[in-house]
Amino acid sequence: MTVNKWTAAQVARKVIDNEELFILDVRNHDAFEDWKIDGHKFEYLNIPYFELLEGVEEILPKLPTDKEVLVVCAKEGSSVMVAEMLSEAGREVAYLEGGMKSWSSYLEPIKVSDLENGGELYQFVRLGKGCLSYMVISEGEAAIIDAVRFTDVFTNFAKEKGVEIKHVFDTHLHADHISGGRQIAANTGAIYYLPPKDATEVVFDYTPLTEGLNVKIGASQIDVNALYSPGHTIGSTSFVIDNQFLLTGDILFIDSIGRPDLAGLAEDWVGDLRETLYSRYRELAEDLVVLPAHFMIIDELNEDGTVARRLDDLFKENHGLNIKDEAEFRRTVTDNLPPQPNAYEQIRQVNMGKITPNNDEQTEMEIGPNRCAVR
Amino acid sequence: MNITKTLDAKGLACPMPIVKTKKAMDTINSGEVLEVLLTDKGALNDIPAWAKSGGHTVLEQKIEEDVLYFYIQKG
Repeated sequence: MTVNKWTAAQVARKVIDNEELFILDVRNHDAFEDWKIDGHKFEYLNIPYFELLEGVEEILPKLPTDKEVLVVCAKEGSSVMVAEMLSEAGREVAYLEGGMKSWSSYLEPIKVSDLENGGELYQFVRLGKGCLSYMVISEGEAAIIDAVRFTDVFTNFAKEKGVEIKHVFDTHLHADHISGGRQIAANTGAIYYLPPKDATEVVFDYTPLTEGLNVKIGASQIDVNALYSPGHTIGSTSFVIDNQFLLTGDILFIDSIGRPDLAGLAEDWVGDLRETLYSRYRELAEDLVVLPAHFMIIDELNEDGTVARRLDDLFKENHGLNIKDEAEFRRTVTDNLPPQPNAYEQIRQVNMGKITPNNDEQTEMEIGPNRCAVR
Repeated sequence: MNITKTLDAKGLACPMPIVKTKKAMDTINSGEVLEVLLTDKGALNDIPAWAKSGGHTVLEQKIEEDVLYFYIQKG
């Protein structure tokens, strides 16, 4: 039997198109429990590769023959070995090229909407890590919001679209992933904006992103309005695009809200978080479509793969927006917080420009899920 | 600690460090200690997990100049 090689892009299609897949994950149990490839209709078997060195006969009955089987490991090597053993045992299987490392770095650009006068809004879905980045395009110009570190994806996409990247924003100083914003700005000559209250320790020049800043993209005048919305970090800033879309950064997600503890003490910012979610956002138009900087679970994806929901729906359905009692809210976002993202303190240092790890080190830092939310 | 055998698996990528470690382990007796030198960071979690599943004991592990050292007692 042949051993097939799948790319992360092919697996992403399976997730977005809601297809079935059987994943044989051969990483150790801890790694699997911590983080795996999520799909609506995926099934899993987790057997570490080192338990299969003697042979794969024992697991053959557990592998379906009427479904595609994908073998996955951390970097690829072990999955190739196991896939070959399964192939010799008569099974047709595939392995994931580059393993979880490539899954973590894959970005799927999906169009969220057309904008006025031929403009377009794209969401870049990093399925493996749950990060969401955005590109607003209008008449030859582009703005990028919350870019992840794979800067080529954004610059190549802009090239394909024939647009020039003019503005690059980070809604806040990220703690779960390394920002590509500063690098993209350096490579393209774009302006890089960061909220000054998150940037007190950064060691590079930036343009302050403050409340009321209004940036126009292209001749069609797509408005990008900044709205100060502290809580996840003290500087966290949201954007309203063309009075239609609300980019919430890590403040408000689809089924959860931002956690206030990654850049300091939760107690310090819980009041800001409540004020933003229960007062500032309440004053906005309810028909705005919320576009967050993360998703937590695969169920938050819409049918087309985007992560987007109307603000009034979230006011009704998002648990974090429906805690009437302030003391209970305080408890919810300060007690029982999920584990912090991998290497989040180092990641903040990188995003401040204080340390510059090489590519492999950056990959190591970003291993695992993002964990920026509290439910 | 009496080291019975040393395996130099530096420069090898997953799964080879574990494959070689297992082979080396097969050549020593219960209670004897295998020293393994590695550079693949994935081994940091995989070696202890593998040892545990095989009933072996990691007596000591350390990192010196980007080289991982494991001392595994055969179960």
